[in-house]
Amino acid sequence: MLHRTIERRLLRIAIVDESPARAAVIAEGLRDAGLSDITIFADRHGIAARLEALSPDVILVDLANPRRDELEEMFALSRAVARPVAMFVDQSDIAGIEAAVDAGVSAYVVDGLRKDRIRPVLELAIRRFNAYARLRAELDEARNALAEHRTIDRAKALLMKKRGCDEPAAYAALRKAAMDSGRRIADVADALVTADRVMGDL
Amino acid sequence: MTRLRFGFLPLVDAALPILARELGFAEAEGLDLVLVRDLSWATVNDRLLYGHSDAAHLLAPLAIATTLGLGRPATPISVPFVLGLNGNAITLRPDLAAQVTTPGTLGDVRAIGLRLAAIVRATPRKICLGVVHRYSSHDYMLRYWLAASGLDPNADVDIVTVAPPFAADALASGEVDGICVGEPWNSVAVDRGVGVIVAVTSQIWRRGVEKVLAMRTERMAGDPAATDALLRALYRAGVAFIDPLRLEDIAAILARPEYLDGSAALIRGAVSDRLLFAQHAAPVHVPDFMFQHREAANFPWVSQAAWLYSQMCIAGHVEANDADYNRAQAVFRPDIYRRALRPLGIALPGASSKLEGGIAGPTGVGTPHGRLILGADSFFDGRCFDPDDLAAYLRNK
Repeated sequence: MLHRTIERRLLRIAIVDESPARAAVIAEGLRDAGLSDITIFADRHGIAARLEALSPDVILVDLANPRRDELEEMFALSRAVARPVAMFVDQSDIAGIEAAVDAGVSAYVVDGLRKDRIRPVLELAIRRFNAYARLRAELDEARNALAEHRTIDRAKALLMKKRGCDEPAAYAALRKAAMDSGRRIADVADALVTADRVMGDL
Repeated sequence: MTRLRFGFLPLVDAALPILARELGFAEAEGLDLVLVRDLSWATVNDRLLYGHSDAAHLLAPLAIATTLGLGRPATPISVPFVLGLNGNAITLRPDLAAQVTTPGTLGDVRAIGLRLAAIVRATPRKICLGVVHRYSSHDYMLRYWLAASGLDPNADVDIVTVAPPFAADALASGEVDGICVGEPWNSVAVDRGVGVIVAVTSQIWRRGVEKVLAMRTERMAGDPAATDALLRALYRAGVAFIDPLRLEDIAAILARPEYLDGSAALIRGAVSDRLLFAQHAAPVHVPDFMFQHREAANFPWVSQAAWLYSQMCIAGHVEANDADYNRAQAVFRPDIYRRALRPLGIALPGASSKLEGGIAGPTGVGTPHGRLILGADSFFDGRCFDPDDLAAYLRNK
């Protein structure tokens, strides 16, 4: 009876994540695929009662969430009719399990839910977790690029002051030093700025 | 070099794998030991089950639960080495602690249990106690103490799960009235003034099995050379751990950001069995608080696994049956321990099982060669556990 109800209606998904940004990225991906019944839990206070009231079919939890043991205990004690069980239900799907662990996502699924209905949700979740990780990496890269740019500017200013040259000449000097030493321009600039900071007015 | 990934949680009793790497014992055995830090047992266990790690620092009962298929699909796990005995404490809210003990001192665990039981009965609301995991020695030791003090742990109190890093917060916010957790988290609560240690688990069971080296049985069987090398490296780390001259170094290594990321002073206290029981009190020396090496503490006695299974039955986590009892006992692998450590020429226990709680004072035990003396391993209530008669033990609980 319960199972029949689940099979007919849209899957109800809960995302438990202390990072609202990642939760939003995952929710967006699921919504795009037509899975619109999504609730995000960023704050753990009162989560037991709220989850029980919601009675989700699938709960997605970040593997690095320090509260996973507490959440699992809560699921085990859940008074809801259908107790969610740890994802890795389909032991035959080793590749799927590995992809999930790699991506850093764990899922808890109500017992008895058909595998062909869970699989697309998990696959999407894995893809969105990976997308979020990529986004973070790109953001870090962009931040680094910006920082490097600033360092190069600072090194150029130093050279212009010390050598009394103009900006293109200062940049050319940096580039030559980089080529001669086989290092990146940003690294040469960083060394110059650091040396200046250490040596001061010597 | 063989690369081995080793999962752990930031706790003082993750010391042996950390020292095996940092003091070079793993490298000397040809192992590149890569330590993988996680923040929940669920994740340490999942990485182990799905091949993200080769070995793990794990709660002994969780290795048995996973083998039996509780919470995860049943996967055979092996324990060829015990990473330590005890090292946990029971910390209560300061006002509650003051009613059961003299804060700051090491009291009589039996009297404290009886006083706590009286308070539990007289309090209209249920007292709530936190443990680190359903399948943890913390849970079973706490339950043992409460039951022997006349309480029904399933009915008279609420036992909830609190992750160690949040234990002090849970005490401070009033979410729980007490916690049973490993170090340094009791000391963190004491340091913050939100808890008072009222008992340590070594008072409940002098030689209680705690964290273990866990490997998937298939993984372990597939690479005996690496397994044996790992055991030897961990054994040597144990020798270093108990060397008082290395105390400062060891505390500094464990405190590093990539390991426990905590206070070296608090960690040094736990390693040297000196704990502050209450804020502003003098440190108390608790003999055998953490027991990581001496008296063959690393030997995986099959009877320890058997005792844990008996406690799982009593807690209602499993229903006793012979097949599961045998599977649970088979998790502990003294045969692998002997095979790996024989080349070191140390005294190895000849037996694989013993009467737990049956040793009242230093006793020599049989070994093929060398001398091995075991100290008292008693339970505070004087009971013994005979692994050959589980049914009788469960009948008389």
